Amino acid sequence: MSENSSFSFDNLIIYLLLIALPVFLFFISFMLGRYPVAPIDVVKTILSPIFPSLAVSPEINSIVFTIRLPRIIAALLVGACLSLAGASFQGIFKNPLVSPDLLGVSAGAGFGAAIAILVNMGNALIQLSAFLFGIISVSITYIISKSYRAGGILLLVLSGTAVSAFFNALISGTKFMADPYDKLPQITYWLMGSLSSVNFNKLSMVIIPLLIGVSVIMILRWHLNVLSMGDEEAQSLGLDPGKLRFIVIVACTLVTSAAVSISGIIGWIGLVVPHMTRIIVGPDHKILLPVSLSIGASFLLLIDNISRTFISIEIPIGILTAVIGVPIFLYLLRRGYSEWN
Amino acid sequence: MVKLVEVNDVSFSYDKDSPTVFENISFSIDEGDVLCILGPNGTGKTTLIKTLNGLHKVNTGDVLLNGKDINKLSFNDIAKIVGYIPQGHVPSFPFSVFDVVLMGRSPYINLTASPRDEDKEIAINALKTLGIEDLKDKSYTNLSGGERQLVFLARVLAQEPDLLILDEPTNHLDFGNQIKLLEIIEQLSKLGLAVIMSSHYPDHAFLAATKVAIMKDKSFLDFGFPEEVLTEENLKKAYGIDVKLVELEENRKICVPQRTNLELVLSDYSKKYSKD
Repeated sequence: MSENSSFSFDNLIIYLLLIALPVFLFFISFMLGRYPVAPIDVVKTILSPIFPSLAVSPEINSIVFTIRLPRIIAALLVGACLSLAGASFQGIFKNPLVSPDLLGVSAGAGFGAAIAILVNMGNALIQLSAFLFGIISVSITYIISKSYRAGGILLLVLSGTAVSAFFNALISGTKFMADPYDKLPQITYWLMGSLSSVNFNKLSMVIIPLLIGVSVIMILRWHLNVLSMGDEEAQSLGLDPGKLRFIVIVACTLVTSAAVSISGIIGWIGLVVPHMTRIIVGPDHKILLPVSLSIGASFLLLIDNISRTFISIEIPIGILTAVIGVPIFLYLLRRGYSEWN
Repeated sequence: MVKLVEVNDVSFSYDKDSPTVFENISFSIDEGDVLCILGPNGTGKTTLIKTLNGLHKVNTGDVLLNGKDINKLSFNDIAKIVGYIPQGHVPSFPFSVFDVVLMGRSPYINLTASPRDEDKEIAINALKTLGIEDLKDKSYTNLSGGERQLVFLARVLAQEPDLLILDEPTNHLDFGNQIKLLEIIEQLSKLGLAVIMSSHYPDHAFLAATKVAIMKDKSFLDFGFPEEVLTEENLKKAYGIDVKLVELEENRKICVPQRTNLELVLSDYSKKYSKD
């Protein structure tokens, strides 16, 4: 093939971002916190269930498996999911400034969690309620947009804005009714996003829909290029744009709802990471989506490490992603602006 | 023999209650034909064109592609027969030229798959055919109008259709690029590709078309060979101005529009622009 010239350097960067970055951060993350664990001990401990002779000590065993590992996996998964969904949404809505909660998934999930907290449900049910309401709110958005004759992307976006506003109002209503000494702080804390209460049960509850969503997007991803050229061109290139968009929305909603149900609402990742990735590897979704996924995973893990290390009290991660994400976004906007003009 | 495109007495309106955009249109096209559709602004040339690749559905009559009813074909089936270059393109993400041309392979790539090496080779060949291989790695959003039109033409070549539909392909092209594009179309048609294009220039029909249709008042005013259809009389009926046909050299006619002696009421502006 004639394009061997572009093979070496560009692809090297891509593979580094794809694999080396998250793996590196994975091991670094065990070293952070009150009881640092050396990378070699991490490897030994992780392998110890299969090779018992490798076990280091019961303390390290407990730190790795009960405290750090679920949290690190959660940070990787949530970051990956939000970024992948953000990149896909930006593609299907032909707009680089779109985030995964465009169609109301975060507001819906937030309400689901808030109402479950209000009526005193347990952690598992709070998570389930958040997951289901995320899906319900996007379904409402989709149905409303289809009920107008004109159809199309703009109506979908407008319906999403309306449904988000509606569920945000319901969240406020729930907060208003909540006991200000007990429930209200819990709701507020959930909405700010945090990974501190993560455990393997929480992860296993949504891992299946999450993996289904991710796989569907990854399988279809090349066709997002065609879809992002606009519906008419996509159709004359043999795609059914409405059908493909529907499938991607369903997959993204599964993925985002699952992520939000684990961590609460974490903003900016899904907007900033795909944008940043596009500047590094270009807009081809075949490469953009896996690299976004990988950078998103690394980015959230890094921020979570900061959130649990730097100050003695833990900062909710949703606050940090915004505080770090907004300046990055503004910088990228400045750099990338010429490309969109 | 089965025609590549057969259009039988079609009509179209956007809604049941709204007036028809066009009606009573019938024609057919064979491989190697270049049909140029002329007509004033807003007569529905674009709408008609879009019924030929399934972007619009006709209300009455039928459109047959290779003898098959277009309504019974999937978007994918249609895309293997008909390639389409729209009149305007809203820029998307800054894809490389190669990635854009590769999209032409979409009808042959399963939803669960991505382009194979052979698709990439076809895309490269399309770029080579049009002499724009050196643009391969550039962002298509940064190209000039002429280069971008060639990229879309390469994409449609990679699509390997039997029929190529171009909606005002020479729009936004400079004087020289217009002629080059028409020559490309002519040469492709000689290979057997059928072409349907809309245009605002009767001269372009003389240059590249084997058949011409003039669309006016919802229907075809005339349809046939360029020499027969492109008469001073027909052009006056279509555009409402006097047109003179001049024989430049053997087999090469050009159209020259005559002055219309348009009368504007300029009294309000005469003060502003008066010199003293």
